[in-house]
Amino acid sequence: MIYTLVKIELLKIFRKWRTYIGFIAIGVLVPLLHLAMYLEGQHSINLVTRGLRDSFVLVGNLLNGYWISFIILNALTIHIPFLITLVAGDLLAGEATAGTYRILITRPVSRSQVVTSKFIAGIIYTASLVLWLAAMSLVIGLIVFGGGELLVMGPEAIIIIEENNIFWRFLLAYGYAVLSMSVVCSLTVLFSSLVENAIGPIVSTMAVIIIFIILSAFDVEILREIRPYLFTNYILQWREFFYDPIKIEKIVKAILILSSHILMFFIATSIIFKKKDILS
Amino acid sequence: MKSTENVIEISGLTKRFKDVLAVDNLGFNILKGDVFGFLGPNGAGKSTTIRMMLSLIFPSAGSIKIFGKTLLDNRKEILTKVGAIVEKPDFYNYLSGLKNLEILAKISGKEVSAKRIMELLDLVGLTDRAKSKVKTYSHGMKQRLGIAQALLHNPELVVLDEPTTGLDPQGMKEIRDLIIRLSKDEKKTIFLSSHILSEIELVANRMIIINKGRKIVEGEVDTLLKSKLLKVTIEVDNPEATQKVLQNTSWYNSIESIQGNKINFNFGQDNISALNKYLVENGVMVSALIPVRSLEDYFLTITAQSQ
Repeated sequence: MIYTLVKIELLKIFRKWRTYIGFIAIGVLVPLLHLAMYLEGQHSINLVTRGLRDSFVLVGNLLNGYWISFIILNALTIHIPFLITLVAGDLLAGEATAGTYRILITRPVSRSQVVTSKFIAGIIYTASLVLWLAAMSLVIGLIVFGGGELLVMGPEAIIIIEENNIFWRFLLAYGYAVLSMSVVCSLTVLFSSLVENAIGPIVSTMAVIIIFIILSAFDVEILREIRPYLFTNYILQWREFFYDPIKIEKIVKAILILSSHILMFFIATSIIFKKKDILS
Repeated sequence: MKSTENVIEISGLTKRFKDVLAVDNLGFNILKGDVFGFLGPNGAGKSTTIRMMLSLIFPSAGSIKIFGKTLLDNRKEILTKVGAIVEKPDFYNYLSGLKNLEILAKISGKEVSAKRIMELLDLVGLTDRAKSKVKTYSHGMKQRLGIAQALLHNPELVVLDEPTTGLDPQGMKEIRDLIIRLSKDEKKTIFLSSHILSEIELVANRMIIINKGRKIVEGEVDTLLKSKLLKVTIEVDNPEATQKVLQNTSWYNSIESIQGNKINFNFGQDNISALNKYLVENGVMVSALIPVRSLEDYFLTITAQSQ
C-alpha cells in the first residue's frame, strides 16, 4: 500500500504548478550565474587567488565548471530550502486547504501510511530538486567552462584538487545535500501537519532556518553550547568532501545528526497526525 | 423480510470541542438494508457525527460499531465496506475527474476496474467531462463525482452527507432515484444526512432527528411523520357560512387561516373524514379537501421542543 500511496503522492506533487517553481527558479538562476561568471568570473578568481599569485604561478583553467558548481552549491543554505518548503509545506496542509482529507482519510489506509507516503514523496521531490541543481550547475558548467582543477578555500589552507579527483567528491556532496535538504523537507512536513494552509509551514521553516543560522553565526559561549544541536550547522558540511584529508568521522557524525532529525520530525508528525481531528 | 442485523450501532457518542459540546450522548442503530435519514438543523451535530463514524475525528466518549466491529480497532476493514460523501465534495482540482477516481480506486481496499470507473462516470452523467480538470466542474458536477467516488468499491454501507446540496431539481431527483435504486436493487444500507425533511421522507424508511447534538426522536419515517401535525385545506362554496356551521364545534379552533374560498385547518389526520361528513350534512358544499402534511412545522415543532 505504501508503494501505491507514494506513487499517488508523487502524481499529486508533479501535477501541481507550484512544484515546478523550484525547477524553473533553478533553471533560470543557474544559467544566469553561469553567464555572470562567464563575463566576470575571471575577476572573482583573481580576487580569490590574489594572495597566492605573489608566491605561486597558477596555470590551467581555474574558472571551470567544477569551481562554479562548488560556488552554486552554497545556495543550499537559504535558497534551495525555500524552494523545498514551497512543495513540502503543501503536502499535508494542502489536503486540509483543499478539503481532500475527507476523501483520503475515509479510505482504508492508515494515517501512518499517509504520513509515511508524504514524507517519502517529499524526500523524492527534494532529491529531484537537488539533482536538477546538480545537472544545471555541473553539467552546464562543464559544457560552458570545461573542466580543470578545483580551487577550494579549506578551513586551514587553500586546497587545489586535481581534475580526475573531483567528480566523485561532487557525487558525494550532492548525496549529502539531498540528506541535509531532506531535514528541511521533514521539518516543513511537521509544520504542515499542524496547520490548514501551506503558508504557515513555509514561513515557519524559513524562520527556523534563519534563526538557527543567526544563532550559529554569533561566536558567544552560550551559543557555542547549543550550536551542535542546530541542524543548520550541518547543511554546509558537504564541503568536507572537498577537503584533504576528508574527515570521515565528522561526516558520519553529521549524517547521523541529520538522519536523526529526519526521524525525529517524522515521528512527531506521525503522532500529531494520528491524533488530529480532521475538521477541514 | 426485514433484516434485524445491525450495520451501525452507536451508543453514548459524545464529542466536545473545548467548551462546545457538538454531540451529546447520541445513540442509534441502523439495520441492514435501511435507508436511514439523519435529520437536524444546521449546526445540530450531523457532520460531526458522520466524521466520527468515518474516523475523521475522534469521539470524546461513546462507541461506534460498524458491521459488528469497533470502528477504531477495525478501521481499515470497516472502511473497505463503506463509501462516503462528507459535506461538500472536494477533489484534487488540478486533476481530471477520471484521474481523481483512479487514484481513489487504488486506495479503496478492493480491486476496482477501469470499466467500473467508466460505469460510475456514466451513472452520474460525467462521461463527457471525465477528462476535464475538476476545477472546471460546477458544484453539481462535483457533487455527482462525489457520489461516484463513494460507490467506487461497491460498498455495503453508503454514507451521504447532504448529497443534494447545490443540485438543481432534476439533479436532486436523480440522486433520490439513485439512492432508492442502491437500496432496492443493490441492497445497500444508506445513511442519508439532510436538513431537508422532504428529501428524507421521499427515500428513507427510518430516521432520527437530532438537535444540539442530542437525539430528539427516532423511528419509522411513516410512523413519525404521518401521526403528527397535519394541515388540511378545504375548498368550500361559502367560507363565511362554513365558519358559522363550525362555530360551535372543536374544529372551529383549528382554523388557521382563510384565503378566498379556502379554509386552512391545523389538526390530526383522523379528523378529516369526520369534518367532511359534518360539513356536508350541514349543507356546506365541499369542492376539495387537500391534506398537506406540514413537515416544516413538524420539524420546527420538534426541534423547538428540544430547545
